[in-house]
This record gives sequence, structure tokens and C-alpha cells, in this order.
Amino acid sequence: MWFMSFGEKAVIDGEISITEIDITGTLANYARSFDPLYLTIMWKSIWISALATALCLATAYPIAFGICFAPAKWKPYLLLLIILPFWINLLIRTYALIAVFRTQGYLNLSLGWIGLGPFDMLYNNGAVIFGLVYVYMPFMVLPLYATIERLDKSFLEASLDLGASQFTTFLKVTVPLTMPGIISGILLVFIPCLGSFLTPDLLGGANAIMIGNVIERQFKAANDWPFGSALSFLLMYATFGALALRSLFARRSKGVDI
Amino acid sequence: MSETIVSIRNVTKSFPGGVKAVDNVSFDIAQNEFFALLGPSGCGKTTLLRMISGLETPTAGQIVIGGEDMALTPPNKRPTNMVFQSYAVFPHMTVADNVAYGLKVTGVPRDETKRRVAEALEMVKLTALADRKPDQMSGGQRQRVALARALVKRPKVLLLDEPLSALDAKLRDEMRLELTRLQENVGITFIIVTHDQDEALSMASRIAVMDRGAVRQIATPSELYEHPSSRFVADFIGKVNLIEAQVISNTAGALVCEVKGLGRLELPTASPAAGTIAIAVRPEKLKIGTSEPLAANVIKTRGKVRDVAYYGDTSHVVVAVDNGPDLSVNVQNESRLGGAGVERGQEVWLHWSPNDTLVLTE
Amino acid sequence: MAGQLKLGQGPLDYGNRLWLKLLFAAIIFVLYVPIITLIAFSFNTDRRGIVWRGFTFDNYVKAWNNASLQEALINSLMIAFIATIIATILGALTALLLWRFRFPGKGAYEGFMALPIVIPEICMGVSLLLFFINTGMMDLSVKLIWPFNLLNIIIAHVAFCFPFVAVVVRSRLVGFNRQLEEASKDLGASEWQTFWSIIVPFMMPGLIAGALLAFTLSLDDFVITFFTSGPETVTFPVKVYSLVRRGVSPEINAASTVLIVVTVIATILAMKLQAPAKTEKS
Repeated sequence: MWFMSFGEKAVIDGEISITEIDITGTLANYARSFDPLYLTIMWKSIWISALATALCLATAYPIAFGICFAPAKWKPYLLLLIILPFWINLLIRTYALIAVFRTQGYLNLSLGWIGLGPFDMLYNNGAVIFGLVYVYMPFMVLPLYATIERLDKSFLEASLDLGASQFTTFLKVTVPLTMPGIISGILLVFIPCLGSFLTPDLLGGANAIMIGNVIERQFKAANDWPFGSALSFLLMYATFGALALRSLFARRSKGVDI
Repeated sequence: MSETIVSIRNVTKSFPGGVKAVDNVSFDIAQNEFFALLGPSGCGKTTLLRMISGLETPTAGQIVIGGEDMALTPPNKRPTNMVFQSYAVFPHMTVADNVAYGLKVTGVPRDETKRRVAEALEMVKLTALADRKPDQMSGGQRQRVALARALVKRPKVLLLDEPLSALDAKLRDEMRLELTRLQENVGITFIIVTHDQDEALSMASRIAVMDRGAVRQIATPSELYEHPSSRFVADFIGKVNLIEAQVISNTAGALVCEVKGLGRLELPTASPAAGTIAIAVRPEKLKIGTSEPLAANVIKTRGKVRDVAYYGDTSHVVVAVDNGPDLSVNVQNESRLGGAGVERGQEVWLHWSPNDTLVLTE
Repeated sequence: MAGQLKLGQGPLDYGNRLWLKLLFAAIIFVLYVPIITLIAFSFNTDRRGIVWRGFTFDNYVKAWNNASLQEALINSLMIAFIATIIATILGALTALLLWRFRFPGKGAYEGFMALPIVIPEICMGVSLLLFFINTGMMDLSVKLIWPFNLLNIIIAHVAFCFPFVAVVVRSRLVGFNRQLEEASKDLGASEWQTFWSIIVPFMMPGLIAGALLAFTLSLDDFVITFFTSGPETVTFPVKVYSLVRRGVSPEINAASTVLIVVTVIATILAMKLQAPAKTEKS
């Protein structure tokens, strides 16, 4: 029991100490984070994360849907196929992407054979978004799979039977009824995307800086710790805000929560 | 019989792995019928219903609805609507939205939708609950929503998949009467799938008995009960004593057979039966007595009471015939005294009319 | 007008839809191609690592002989090993506590436990760094000799791993039939005997799965280690990071492949162990 309180303390103390520094800094550090420069980066982080999350949703939904309607004996293997990359080190997966996309990479090499390129595909926002989608997609598939799997298929059948087309059925029945899974998935992808630092660092370089990189720089290079803490705490507040939103949604559509 | 509305023609449905859920089935359903598909679980009745609705497609055969082959028509283009076993009432919509759904998605004008929804809710007595969400309703109420939602579409055929199985016994009896009343009022063909023979017998105008993907007999309830065409049907519908017999001779409607323990019986039949057959007699057709019956032209035998089970209105008595089969007898408990009037171990006489005896070759 | 259905295929048989199959295949392809090329090119003889020149194990030998990589690997394994043991015990105790007892503020405590799982890793790393600095542990651990100089990384790893262990063990405990415990006591076993002979064996698959999870998480972690490690201590992912920043080389491919194989095996083992617990529940 002592150990446990210790482990907990590590976390609590960590947070308390940040707050202390913040107090001595008289909120000036928070004020600084609203500087236009950082606001732009913050805003950019948000839209990059949002776009990556949307792309994740767009690809993960059909995948989760497909797995749910696959023959029963295939399901666990298909699911494993999707989750397995998620267990491989984030760093290594990002590195693998670099090897594929860099200017002398495999993709450009292949394109070269058919007479195209080479293109500079790394070190821009697109590369970061692709990297984020690549890295966090399994997080989206899992909650979606769980809700679609639990969705009573007779709702879809009833909708078709009542004259709705496949598309209308998807829009008016499938999506609303799997909303809890969609929201869970969005949060599970959006939060780590927003806080990601490795992917933009390696794939975005200097051109696509996100809030995580700024925090890292405050701690490693700039040595401005209070400001770094203020930024990372803002990030944490954003996370809590998102989680609170989620529980609000969960309460509204009670019963089918993940 | 009036015009045919649904015609099932040589329909086969086999699933991957070679299981044939429905095997070359053909029959017609007439306009305005209350038709029941009855059979044990796994007999293919639900698959057949789902093929009529378009939620599944046959691997071979035609499904003609209203004169058009619709075997491959998607469910949203068919003039059929279904009441699902689980009701499938959309949990994210109110009762009124549920009922309106089928009209909205097919572009029925708003004011007409409103009027028809109100009518449908009135019909199933749910007007007061129009703004409720399904999770605030009982099973019986949800079933009414499902009914209203399907009927508001004015389908040519209403399909009901085990509609009463999720209700408790008392509610089930109520709904049974109400479904029959509804069917008479709306004048729509109902096709109901059920494994409960009481449900089928009490509601349907015609019943198809299915077994292992095939239709064994299609008949009216009383015909099915009194003239089953096979051992399976006789056994599946109601209780029956099935006794094995050897045909001795069969000439001009008089069949003589030998039954172990009962001796030679002469039965009136048109069946060209020969060899080993089964004779069937319903337990309520048997009479029990303590002395030898005096009536002529009856089949009679002696036996010993093996068991008496008391059910309130009736008692079920099992009599072991000397050197013969065990026979079940239903006795009306007509007086408050005495019950079945026999007790275990008692020597009794049984008798019944040859006219109540069925000859089954299948 | 929507198209006709196919013979023997219902409107909801999406599993048979060609477009869905193609999409699925395409996504799997995109998901795996980078990883597979990475593994494949770890056996390449070409120094620049782009064109396939022939099969070799040289890169593995080179990576193995690289002293700094070796040191980093040993550090990582050491950290993962110790952190796993502590995190498993801590996680199991937490799970037991939450499963067994009711106490004021339990809900808040549970929410608090889940924090390290949900907050961005970078926030966790920053918090821990500040904690170590404020308590003076950062300076202390730098002065210590190996393996004690890994102390703060180990503590950091325990802090973010044990909630995961707790979640896994707790989901296992949910399937426990309380009557087994009562039966044991009814048969005369003491509280302590019951715990060791009934509850611990039941928890075992969850414990092992949790431990494997903690091991992979710890071995894989980059962000938190990056923040909490001193300048002198280098773990495997941190080393790989510094190499990656300098460019692509087949040696990194080789080192990465080793790590991929280890984590994939650990993961599959963990899943196998967790699977029976799920079937028992349903």
C-alpha cells in the first residue's frame, strides 16, 4: 500500500509542482502562451489534429464496419491485423514512414521507375497529418468496432424494410446509434494527436511545428521551464475539456456507452 | 379462394457450408389471409420470411409478390413490411418519429405523414405516448410501435417474426386477440412466423408446417389438427398417441391392421397404406372407464394406470396397455370431486372410435 | 433506382461487398508496407539502404557491436524489467483495492488512476520531470552508479505503466465468482490462505498479461523517457531517436526489427493469455 501511494504521489506531486511554479510566475506564462506566435501554433495544432482525426474516422469506419460483417472466424484475425502495428514502437513506425517518403525513399524510387518525381513528400503539414493518421488509426478502429459489433443489426434491417435506402439507413440509423463509439474514437485520436511531438518532429521538421514541439523546446533547448509547463498545462486543460464533453454526450445517449 | 398475393416458387436457400435452410419450397398465399409459418427452431421458417421481406435472397427460385418476381429486389423496394422479433424500434427516436420514419424516407408529404402517423398511433392505442422514447416503454408498448410503424406504410403484406415470443403469457393472449382484430380491420395479408402451435392455431387462417427446410403440410388449423398428413405434423401439433401397426389387408376403404397389445383393428381410410404404418389418436378422443365399455364399433383395450397428472381443468392419465404401448388420455375434470376418477395402479378400460383414428404412412 | 441484390446475398452482407474488401486490403497494405520494407531492408547489403543489393546479417552484427546501442539496449531492458515488476505489483494491488473495497472518494480515485492513460504523454513527461527536479531526485540519480542512475526513469515508467496493469487485472477480477471465495472460507481457510490459494491463481492470467503489457509499454516508451532521463542515461528508443534524426541507415533498421519482433511476440502472448478470461465471462 505504501508503494501505491508513492506511485500516485509521483503523479500528484508532478502536477502540484507545476502549479507552484505557475503561481510564482503570476500567470505571466499563461499570458505569454496567448502571444500570436503561439496562438498560431496552437491553432495549427488543433486543425492538424482535427483533420487527422477526421481522416482516421473516414478510414476506420468502413474498416470497423467490414470487420463486424466479416465471417465470425475471421474477425479476431482481422482485428489483430489492424491492432498489431499499434503495438510496434511509435518511433519505429515513424521512422519506417520516413524511409518510405523521403526524397530518396522507396516511394520516390518506385515513382521514378514510372517516370515521375522525385517529390519532396516529407517536412510539410501533409506528411504530419499522414503520419498521425497512420499512427493513431487503430485507436479509432477499436471503439468503432466495439459499438458496431454491439449494434443490433435488426435496426438496420428495419430501416431498409421501411423503405430507406442503404445510404439513408447509414445516415439516419447507423451513425446515430454508433455515436458513442464515434465520439470515443475521436477523443482517443484527437487527444494524442494534439499532444504529439514525435510525429511532427520527425515528419514535419521545422515546417510543421505543433504545440508538443514547442513544449519540448522550452524544456530541452530554450530552457524556459515555467513557460513549457504553462503550455503543457493548457494542453492538459484541453484534454479535460474534451473528456468532459465526452461524458456529457455519454449521459445524453445513455445505455450505449463504451 | 381470392387472388394470390405472394407466391413462393421452388425457393431454395443454402448457406455457405452447404446447409440448406430452405429446400425447394413452393406455395401460394392469398390476399387477406392470416398465414402462419409454423415449425421447430431451425426449420427455415424465419429464413423464408426474411426472403419474402428481402433481407435475404434465395439461392434459387422465385418470390412473386403482387404478380412481380421480387426475389432479388432490395427490401426498401418491396411492398412488404416487417415486425421484428426484437421489435427493432429505433432507440434514438420518439414513438412518433419511429412511426413516421418509413414515410419520411420515402418522401411522403409532411402533412400526409402527420395524419397517417396519428391514425396509426390511434389504431394501436399509443396516441398518448407519441413523444416517449422507446427505453421508457414496456415490451408490449414497443411491439405496438413496431406494428404501427409497419402498418403506416400500408404494405401489401405484413410480416411478423415471432411477434409474441418476447411478451409474458398474459400479454401474449391479449396481443393474439388484438392481432386478429387488426388483421380483420386493415385487410392486409399477414404472414406470421412462430414456433408456438397455440399461436398459429388460434390466429391463422392457414398454416404451413415446416421441418428441416421443407413444408410438410399446408392446411387450416382444424384440418391440420384433425387430419395431419404425417407423423411429424401429428406429433408437432398438439399431443398424440402414435402407435406402430402392421397392415394385414387394405381393401376398398377398410384397412385391417395388427397392433401389439390391441390385436386386430379395422379402420376406415382412403389411404393405400401397406406394410408398417402408424396409427394416431389424440388423447382427448380416448375414453377411460373402470368397466368394459358396452358400445359397439369401438376400439377397446385393458390397461393399468401408470401416471396421473392433474392440470386443473383436465387430468392427463397415462395407461400402460397389457403387452402393448403406453397411451395418454385427457380426462375433463367435470366434477369438483374425484378429479380423473382413477388412480395410479388401477386396472382400467380404454376405448375410442375408429373414426377418430388416423392412418399415417409418412 | 438501387441495384438488384445478388443471388443468395442479403442487403446487409457487407462482408461480401467488393469495394469494402478492396478498401480493407488497401488500408492493410498502407499500414504494413512501411514496416515490412523496414524489416526487409534490415537485411540489405547496400549502405544507403534504398536499392536491394543482396541478403546479409551484417547490419545486425554492426548494430550489435555498436557500443552505445548496446548500452542503450541493456539500459532499456533493465528499466523495463524492474519497472514491470514494480508496476505489476502496484497495479495488482490497486486493482484489488478497487475491486474489493468501497471507500469514500472511490470514484474520484478511479478517475485519478485513469489519468496517466488519457492525458497526452508529453504532459506526463513534463509533470514527472518537474517532480524529479523539485524533489532533487534528478541531481541525485545522476550521481549514482549503474543501475541506480536509472532510478528516475524507472519511477517514471512505473507511474505510467501501473494504471494499465490495474485496468487489465481488474477486468480479469470482474469475472471472479465471489462464491469461490466464500466456499474457500466455508471449508475452513483463513482470509490469507484464501487470498493466496484462490484469488491469486485466478488473477494470474491477468497479472501475466498486465506484466507483458507493462514490459512492452516501458520498452517502447520514448516521450516520457526523453523528458525524464538525464544527459548521461540513454535508453534504446532515445538512442534510435538520435540516430533517426541524423538520417536513415540499415543499422537502425536492424535494431528496430529486433524491437518489433520482441514487442510483437510479447503482445501476442498477452492477447492469448487474456482471451480465456473473456470467454469465461460471457
